[in-house]
Amino acid sequence: MSEPSVFELSKPGRRGYAYPVSDVPVGQDLPAHLRRKDPPKLPELSELATVRHFSRLARMSFGVDYGLYPLGSCTMKYNPKMHNEVAALEGFARLHPLQDDDTVQGALMVMERLTASLGAITGMAGGTVQPSAGAHGEYTGLKIIRAYHLAREDHARTKMIVPVSAHGTNPASAALTGFSIVEVPTDDRGLVDTKVLETLLDETVAGIMLTNPNTLGLFERDIMKIASMVHSCGALLYYDGANMNAIMGMVRPADMGFDVVHLNLHKTFSTPHGGGGPGAGPVLVTKRLLPFLPRPGIKNIGNALCMDWEERSSIGKVSGFWGNFLVLLRAYAYVLTMGCEGLREASRHAVLNANYLRARMNGMFLRPYEGLCMHEFVVSAQRFKEQYGVGALDFSKALLDRGIHPPTMYFPLIVHEALMIEPTETESLEDLDAFVTIMAELVGLASTDPDHLLRSPLHTEVRRLDEVRAAKNPSLRHCIDGMCTT
Amino acid sequence: MIPYIPHTDADRRHMLEAIGLASMDDLFSDIPQEVLYRGDLEIDPGLSEEEVLNRLRSLAAMNRIGTCFLGMGCYDRIIPSTVKSLASLPSFVTAYTPYQPEISQGLLQAIFEFQSMVCSLTGMDVANASLYDGPTAAAEAAAMMLASKRKSTTVLVSETVHPFTIQVLQTWALGTGFVIRIVPERTCVADVELIGSSLAPHVAGVVVQSPNRYGYLEDYSGLAERVHGTGSLLTISSDPLSLVLQRSQAEWGADIAIGDMQPLGLPTAFGGPSCGYMAVREPLMRKIPGRIVGQTVDIEGKRAYTLTLQAREQHIKRERATSNICSNQALAALTATIHITLVGYNGMLEAAALSRDKAAYLARLLEKHKSLSVGKAAPFWCEFPVVFRDASQMEQVLTALKSRDIHGGVRLGALTGRAEDEATLIVAVTEKRTREELDTYAHVVEEVLG
Repeated sequence: MSEPSVFELSKPGRRGYAYPVSDVPVGQDLPAHLRRKDPPKLPELSELATVRHFSRLARMSFGVDYGLYPLGSCTMKYNPKMHNEVAALEGFARLHPLQDDDTVQGALMVMERLTASLGAITGMAGGTVQPSAGAHGEYTGLKIIRAYHLAREDHARTKMIVPVSAHGTNPASAALTGFSIVEVPTDDRGLVDTKVLETLLDETVAGIMLTNPNTLGLFERDIMKIASMVHSCGALLYYDGANMNAIMGMVRPADMGFDVVHLNLHKTFSTPHGGGGPGAGPVLVTKRLLPFLPRPGIKNIGNALCMDWEERSSIGKVSGFWGNFLVLLRAYAYVLTMGCEGLREASRHAVLNANYLRARMNGMFLRPYEGLCMHEFVVSAQRFKEQYGVGALDFSKALLDRGIHPPTMYFPLIVHEALMIEPTETESLEDLDAFVTIMAELVGLASTDPDHLLRSPLHTEVRRLDEVRAAKNPSLRHCIDGMCTT
Repeated sequence: MIPYIPHTDADRRHMLEAIGLASMDDLFSDIPQEVLYRGDLEIDPGLSEEEVLNRLRSLAAMNRIGTCFLGMGCYDRIIPSTVKSLASLPSFVTAYTPYQPEISQGLLQAIFEFQSMVCSLTGMDVANASLYDGPTAAAEAAAMMLASKRKSTTVLVSETVHPFTIQVLQTWALGTGFVIRIVPERTCVADVELIGSSLAPHVAGVVVQSPNRYGYLEDYSGLAERVHGTGSLLTISSDPLSLVLQRSQAEWGADIAIGDMQPLGLPTAFGGPSCGYMAVREPLMRKIPGRIVGQTVDIEGKRAYTLTLQAREQHIKRERATSNICSNQALAALTATIHITLVGYNGMLEAAALSRDKAAYLARLLEKHKSLSVGKAAPFWCEFPVVFRDASQMEQVLTALKSRDIHGGVRLGALTGRAEDEATLIVAVTEKRTREELDTYAHVVEEVLG
């Protein structure tokens, strides 16, 4: 049964919450010309009706707490419950961002120490925790690269090189920052084609954005050569930290020659995705780029921390205030819990789990690239698509009926019918084995009963959707009193 | 035990054997020796849960929570217990973006309801699933306006817009060739006449904000007509709670409505997470950044929700996307949705009116001091400027308030860097403040000023 919308549950005059009775005289209404004429149509529900509505919606959603979520490139690891208690501490949750520095020392310390820890993990000299998400971190890092070249009066550097296998946010962020995009292809090993890269590098190139391990789950083995090529032409290297969960404590981006890094705290550092945010995308840089970091920084004066607005080369502010502080707090709790050894073990076990799944799934799907993988791997359902008409989408939809969130589908774009699988380190051997058993069943069904997969899912809240209708005749808000969108 | 990692020694042996490797180190054999990091990270050894909690509790205790009269984009408002409880349901918190609609109907429906509420509040046709915060929503609006008018290069921004929003816009413009032009204010409100006369073919649009940086409500009579007359667009930023009292963006004729949902159910939380909102008129529907949920049906004809109009987005369009945004502030948007549902229209009206009355009450108490000028330039709602004789008088008052654990207001000059703001304090009063707290505030000012 579908859940009515809050507007359908609404009844005029019903109340769900009582505000305190006023203890001051009633003041004047706003001047007539500034007053709203047409009151907004908003729902009116009782408290219990509100609780039931959202509890039912929660029941119609699926999180890591409910089952395996091997969504490639998203690092859906367990989100520790203890962090909920930390984020609810009044001494943090009730802080106002514009309080005097001397009343927020604990909060500044969290930000400063988290930045230092992320610096240690990446090998970078310093950073900012202001960006609110991975793409926001990319934007910030690329602004820094832009500002660096401009500060050197190097105005010709307007191009950003992006691999064809890159996340869509990379080219989008580069375009937003004012760069034109040049794509570099992948060679038959699944790695950046260095021969082509060489021909692209000249004095118009500002930098290159790389994910390492890349989106195929492969380590860019030529990274030192790439770094040297890029640096010798005067450009900088940007590290997309989406896949940092593979290499914590094993490899530091700074040692690979990267100049700017963003990390996704909602991936590698276990903060919850929240159904699409809030995340956090801190940016770390090498020493020569420190002056360009967003304002304000944090500095230590005497024995106290304070906001530092002085840096004149800064790119300026990228967020309204200081970042998604409660997300930063959760990530800091994670770093404290894991410690240097635990962080390294997290990455080692993430790679162990991925390689184990990959080995157990051997023979089921085409594997576009051989050898070991890092924390994730990509397989192709193209064979089933050609023979039985069953593609990556159909395997995914069948997984939904079996209590498992599907892998990332149709990405990276260079692999046909791609399924990108990232189990993360927090999944147990038994959970991985259960996944293998289910995938084997589905592979069997693909040839014996392809229709089963094509019709899946059968037991979910709704069946497959009419996506064409959604896009062609958009209905983007609830109809109220016959007033609808479009 | 390694925290959160379930593997036993036997598991590891079994798994390595299945892979065909002898040791955990062999997993990393693809990494060239010269880049492997052999040291220990400069991070302390891990702590137990009890130790982590104690450490973070003591860091929290180093912060001073006081009676909060600070605002300027972030407000200490009442958050019902029910809101916090429902927003922490694990299937909301631990879900990814709802790319698989069949198992994500709850989240998708909640986002659809959020979009519907934003449309109601702003009076606009189409809202997205949220942006990072109010100031970044202004940057997205600027990008959208520039993309909507050919050969345009410039966005006009009233000087009365929040100083941090202006800073975020300036960072956004850095190195792009686009220009953010600040239009000087006229006695603490947007100079609608000057904005009108600054319009030109190269101007893509205008950004204004009400309540503005001082807390004043702005009068945009005639503005939209003039802006549209030159083929430009109008963006109005507003506190969503104010929209139950003041004219909505649509009623002023805006094309893009933006703002920050923090006042509706989100804690001040040292400034984040908050949640930006954006709503537009229908012609801009396919230019709006970020995620949008649409209603459709499944193959059995049952009502269903899904992410839609994705051809605008980075994972499809890459460098030609309308924005790079991917993760937004979904859980914060959900929290605001729950808050609006629970308190309803009448609750929002009460909170807005209580804030208005309490702000007016405090302003009247402060007006008695001849050396102060209190919110005189324009009508205000729940936030107003207090101009002191000089900066040192303001600091004396703030210090005295602080000794009573009262955060007395935001020093405007510290945010703008303008000399003329150095003795201006922006005071915000919400429905959460009691008469006793307001009287105490006034009493402390009385003690200092005599």
